Amino acid sequence: MPRLVLEALMSTETELFDLELKVLLEAVYLRYHYDFRHYAVSSLRRRMRHAMSRHGLERLSDLQHRVLHDPAFFAEAMQYFTVQVSEMFRDPGYFAALREHAVPVLKTYPSIKVWVAGCSTGEEVWSMAILLEEEGLLDRAVIYATDINPKALEAAESGVFALDRMALFSRNYQAAGGRHSLSDYFTTGYGGAVFDRRLKKQVVFADHSLATDAVFSEVHLVSCRNVLIYFNRELQDRAVGLFHDSLVRRGFLGLGAKESLQFGAHAADFEACSAQQRLYRRTAA
Amino acid sequence: MSTPFPQAVVIGASAGGVQALREVLRCFPARFPAPVLVVQHIPRDRPSGLAALFDGECPLPVAEAEDKEPLCPGVVLFAPPDYHLLVEDRSTVSLSRDEPVLYSRPAIDPLFESAADVFGAGLLGILLTGASSDGSAGVAAVRREGGTVWIQDPDEAVSPVMPASAIAFAGADAIVTLRDLCRRLGSFTP
Ligand SMILES: C[S@@+](CC[C@H](N)C(=O)[O-])C[C@H]1O[C@@H](n2cnc3c(N)ncnc32)[C@H](O)[C@@H]1O
Repeated sequence: MPRLVLEALMSTETELFDLELKVLLEAVYLRYHYDFRHYAVSSLRRRMRHAMSRHGLERLSDLQHRVLHDPAFFAEAMQYFTVQVSEMFRDPGYFAALREHAVPVLKTYPSIKVWVAGCSTGEEVWSMAILLEEEGLLDRAVIYATDINPKALEAAESGVFALDRMALFSRNYQAAGGRHSLSDYFTTGYGGAVFDRRLKKQVVFADHSLATDAVFSEVHLVSCRNVLIYFNRELQDRAVGLFHDSLVRRGFLGLGAKESLQFGAHAADFEACSAQQRLYRRTAA
Repeated sequence: MSTPFPQAVVIGASAGGVQALREVLRCFPARFPAPVLVVQHIPRDRPSGLAALFDGECPLPVAEAEDKEPLCPGVVLFAPPDYHLLVEDRSTVSLSRDEPVLYSRPAIDPLFESAADVFGAGLLGILLTGASSDGSAGVAAVRREGGTVWIQDPDEAVSPVMPASAIAFAGADAIVTLRDLCRRLGSFTP
């Protein structure tokens, strides 16, 4: 091969890693129809490197080989493609803002639908159910709790959380304006805190991808927290577009504490209701 | 002696870091032509106020990063409480709520590693005082990708553990006092 061509073919480790990452994501999409191709690459790189070191793999293409040939391995590797870190009443100010701004409006509807998108292991859903219960809204509400991770959805539905997390969850609950004691909502058993089944009789748990699926219902409130940060801007625009199409006129959209609409394509379709708590309303148009 | 400007600067600090950062951020020349990203370890459960504090003291504008915020030359971005700050590409940052690293979120390693991926040899990393070993893997990544790392002299640092462990783990291109650091920041030329 002529020397010049060879030189042009030299790449840094990172360039090669990114190339392998592209191939891996394409392969996962073709084989399993999970579309991670438009996720934020900075955190994907990190998580793939963790997966490699955890499984003693030297190259990303070794991970690709196992993912493609072993569906059980892919099911496990889902934990590396998605981030499952959550808390009940995480960022308490957000839940306080829901009480202050959204609840009075939601109370004017005879029935309401709430979509918790990217609900992970359910902490946000159970928080939402408690909040609606305390505001007298749960009985006329339907909560759609969606995620792409089947293990997370299963955990969400079980409503069992480790006991050692309850102190943090209780603090958050109080800071979010909780009316009772969080312990009124759970009993202990199965080695954990088991939340009251009554809270989830209005909850529908379902598999839904913000990357590939369409709108499935008209809703009054979308709560999608700490999911958009894992998407690149293009995919964020798609997801926010779905929320917009799903929301009733003047419906509410709540995002994570550092997520904002200002860098995306839909900035003009929403107005801030509590800018600090990232609570938005669909504009009238 | 003059050295070309880096394409981006990342700074990590922990215990004793606020005071050290105050001195370092003051030394940046106005119209510094590269973005500056900072992780200072902070409590997870309350607003940090650091960006507001330094905004008035540093010749460059200082803000707390938002997800997908553009990276602008001459703008200092701080990691917000409870989020890791990552470099997404040459013009954008990303935030993440992945697991804490060595009990910290934000943590220094994710910032340094992601910045090394994107800026390679164009990156300058600065590691200051701290009582943790966060930053060691990050320093290694920056150096592996050909970037430059300056580490605060552990003898001068309020808390020597963080700079000392990074030096032991990954070495440094220079071990500097805050005064050296200021001089070096002032000596960059286009
Ligand atoms: C960090 S968790 C957020 C959990 C919760 N909303 C909170 O704020 O605590 C992110 C969740 O987004 C989910 N997710 C990732 N990609 C998704 C997609 N394309 N569609 C729906 N959910 C997705 C992940 O499986 C994960 O459960």
